Amino acid sequence: MSAMRSASRRDFLKKCLTGAAVLGASGPVELLAAAEQESVIVKSRVVIARDAMLRGTGATVESHRMLSLLDRAMQSLFDRENPIEPWKKLVRPGETVGLKVNALGGRGLSTNLQLVEAICERLREAGIKASDIVVWDRDSDEMEHVGFHVSTGGNRVQYFGTDRVDYEQELATHGSVGSRLSKILTQRCDVLINVPVLKDHDGAGVTIALKNMYGVIHNPNKYHPNGCNPYIADLNMLPEIRTRIRLTICDATTACFEGGPGFKPEYSWKNNALMVSRDPVALDYTGWQIIERQRAEKGLKTLEDDKRAPRYIATAADAQHRLGTNDPGRIAVIEA
Amino acid sequence: MKARGVLVAMLGSALLLNAGCKRQSGTGGSFFPASNQVAGWVRTGDIRTFEAADLWKYIDGEAERYVKAGVRRVSTSDYKFENRTDATVDIYTMKNAEGAEKIFRSEPAVAVKPIQLGDDARLFSQSLVFRKGAYLVRIVAFEESARTQQALLLLGQGIELLLAGR
Repeated sequence: MSAMRSASRRDFLKKCLTGAAVLGASGPVELLAAAEQESVIVKSRVVIARDAMLRGTGATVESHRMLSLLDRAMQSLFDRENPIEPWKKLVRPGETVGLKVNALGGRGLSTNLQLVEAICERLREAGIKASDIVVWDRDSDEMEHVGFHVSTGGNRVQYFGTDRVDYEQELATHGSVGSRLSKILTQRCDVLINVPVLKDHDGAGVTIALKNMYGVIHNPNKYHPNGCNPYIADLNMLPEIRTRIRLTICDATTACFEGGPGFKPEYSWKNNALMVSRDPVALDYTGWQIIERQRAEKGLKTLEDDKRAPRYIATAADAQHRLGTNDPGRIAVIEA
Repeated sequence: MKARGVLVAMLGSALLLNAGCKRQSGTGGSFFPASNQVAGWVRTGDIRTFEAADLWKYIDGEAERYVKAGVRRVSTSDYKFENRTDATVDIYTMKNAEGAEKIFRSEPAVAVKPIQLGDDARLFSQSLVFRKGAYLVRIVAFEESARTQQALLLLGQGIELLLAGR
């Protein structure tokens, strides 16, 4: 968060001083004081990077273009010139990094293999050993089905589901939630990078960053009543999750505006984008707006009118949770 | 229309030739055409069946909608068309035809091509959804080409014939 804070402050100061130069206003000391006061309002950055040619002339995402897209997103979020620098700010050699993907949607609407490979490449260049990277979700077969080849042991990136190691016996609890957590999370990962997909969700309204944590527990089916609210927010409060998550990289290359979370091509669109943020609430709020715009374009009702607005986002931002912000005035959406 | 007639005739012949294939009783598995039972389509995966109580393991997040509509089970398998286009077939067995209709009608008809299949059907550029009696069938293709819609329709017709034979 300190990187975000200093970047925002720097930007603000720059804008202030530029404005002053144009207006011929007060001296630099007064300007700096005003800037310091204003900089108390820290905006959560959500970067959206797009590449219309991400798939070249075909239907499959091209690996080299995905890597460039990821670099653009990460460099913008961390305000860095070099593509490796953001990763060095994020992780340290010796840490084990978990990439929590989303394979539930099946082929067509799961985290892209090309994106995961791009992240792994940059993590390794930042000093993380391949064997210290674990790409995971709840089930190995589901991962295989969407293109992740299960791989354990050896000096390579590890790919497997919780079915291989089971869940903790003890319940982790917070508020409305009592669940057994994946041992991949609790015993293997020092750091978690959340790599969800931008999707409509029949129950929750949308499923993006926060709801992807349903894949971390043994009983997600228990938490779908009432639009998954307050379950999603409570789940993300668990210290085992909250203390590990450092970043969300949302795969918005193919996104879903209706009929989710499973893949229905008629309700999906090729968005060719990545969304990255360190604030999962701000990212979910921003993703929700993108889905609403697509629904409007297709002549569908808003999620509110469809009686499934994602209320869990506001709950995640409330005083009891403070997992991030859903206040558009406090979210800086940056197109990279 | 002529092309459609030829396809149906081809399909009918193909199904007659395979009339003696083994069926999995009570699992919905018998409704899945065997490889090449429908021209060009090869089954590439096992048939997996999820009972209503376990539906969330297959379609977590959507399961409740189906449970509320009275789903009994879903069976699913993967297919490939002419060694190029992958597809997944899901056959939902509901308690009654009203359940299948409820699910079908709850899904908005965006950019849909109306077709005659089963009791009601929608053909999209990459998917086909139809209902017949207590069954709801969803076929999703993972590649789009000029022939995808025609291929989906052919497979759908094959499944419909198997459903009608029960």
